[in-house]
Amino acid sequence: MTAGAARQREDVSAATQRRMVHPLLSVRGLEKRYGTRIGCSGIGFDLWPGEVLGIVGESGSGKSTLLACLAGHLRPDGGQVIFDTRDGPRDVLGLTEAERRRLMRTDWAFVHQNPRDGLRMGVSAGGNVGERLMAVGARHYGSIRGQALDWLARVEIAPDRIDDRPGAFSGGMQQRLQIARNLVTGPRLVFMDEPTGGLDVSVQARLLDLLRGLVRQMGLSAVIVTHDLAVVRLLADRLMVMQGGRVVEQGLTDQVLDDPQHGYTQLLVSSVLQV
Amino acid sequence: MLHVSNLSKSFTLHTQGGARIPVLDGAALAVRSGECVGLAGSSGAGKSTLMRMIWGNYLATTGSIRIAGHEIVGADPREILSIRRATLGYVSQFLRVVPRVPTLDVVAEPLLLLGHGEEAARERAAVLLARLNIPQRLWTLSPTTFSGGEQQRVNIARGFAHAFPVLLLDEPTASLDAANREVVLDLIAEAKTRGAAILGIFHDQAARDRVCDRLVDVAAFTPGRAA
Repeated sequence: MTAGAARQREDVSAATQRRMVHPLLSVRGLEKRYGTRIGCSGIGFDLWPGEVLGIVGESGSGKSTLLACLAGHLRPDGGQVIFDTRDGPRDVLGLTEAERRRLMRTDWAFVHQNPRDGLRMGVSAGGNVGERLMAVGARHYGSIRGQALDWLARVEIAPDRIDDRPGAFSGGMQQRLQIARNLVTGPRLVFMDEPTGGLDVSVQARLLDLLRGLVRQMGLSAVIVTHDLAVVRLLADRLMVMQGGRVVEQGLTDQVLDDPQHGYTQLLVSSVLQV
Repeated sequence: MLHVSNLSKSFTLHTQGGARIPVLDGAALAVRSGECVGLAGSSGAGKSTLMRMIWGNYLATTGSIRIAGHEIVGADPREILSIRRATLGYVSQFLRVVPRVPTLDVVAEPLLLLGHGEEAARERAAVLLARLNIPQRLWTLSPTTFSGGEQQRVNIARGFAHAFPVLLLDEPTASLDAANREVVLDLIAEAKTRGAAILGIFHDQAARDRVCDRLVDVAAFTPGRAA
């Protein structure tokens, strides 16, 4: 073994060890108000490396507000969002704008419900993937194109579509392209807002399979907001149920769905149509 | 390996005026390594409820469940996930999978989650599927379109892919023909030989007689029985 490889191995084991002691994301007392109205309040949870957390609730329950606060799209009024950065745990809300932007380009990713919000529609598919690489300093054209091709293949987009613009893609393809664009830089935490919303069920299944495979292979952690209980059952390890801006119940996904404790969760679970 | 003591469970139905339904009271049992214990009792007596509490998808109201030294009651979701990955296997009556995922990958997944290589995991999956007489031409298809018996065998293959120290089996032979039933009973016997602690529900009397070392009647845990 070369000295470099040995050092790399040590780095990996040190990183693994750190992962055992620190949650990747620790949220404490997070609150967002719109005037006197509660957006979300009293939110607290730990997300560990490799874990997928689902957030469910009906429209207006505060789940999208919470996601936006976590991901830095909205400024919360109180609380802490502590992320285990490469330099140790830091409260993301205390970062400078430049630090926060760097985090969002490297360790974090955000998959929007509408791919048009997460893609650059005027740029080719390859450009969409390559752009995020260039944002973290990649400069070699051949290697950028090579990585873009690799990622298009991983999300099952044919290589001959690399120069097409996203507008020429179907909704499912656009969503897969958005995922490729987000994951190409190897983030550790991915926020997803209704990633399968608005897609045909057959396309949803394909996307779910893809996301599950990527989470396992890359050891990703993810926070997924959805109103679809079937999606969280298949994707999420843990579940948070929101109502009126507050978390009314949280736990292991199959426990919350199979043995819900809170009245609202019981109503939610019993309202699902069986197919 | 598995210790249940003084376990009780009641459901509170908030959507029905807060009705409280006690289903189990004072449940206790222990399963040693290399032993298979059968849960007996009529339908609705709480066999599946007890099994789900051990799996962790039903919360216990009071009591203790210890699996290989880990307490399940009140455990953090992360602990339960880690126990499910390495220690506790569960063959439920229903197969729940992401549509479109090939059968071979469905069976290999528990091994992949434990960090085994893809090739080795698929090889082990192939061996089990072949033993359970799932035709090879079906391995690349999703099991969602399979018959009930085929789905059950895929579920069993998945449950036996990793050598879990503790196994929960909910009617593993229910909809199988005689030949496949034999295969499943052999798999259970082999798991016992390698030291697995097994808790099972078997409606099939002959199967129960063959693999179970003893039975626990859950009727003894029915609330209000002593009163």
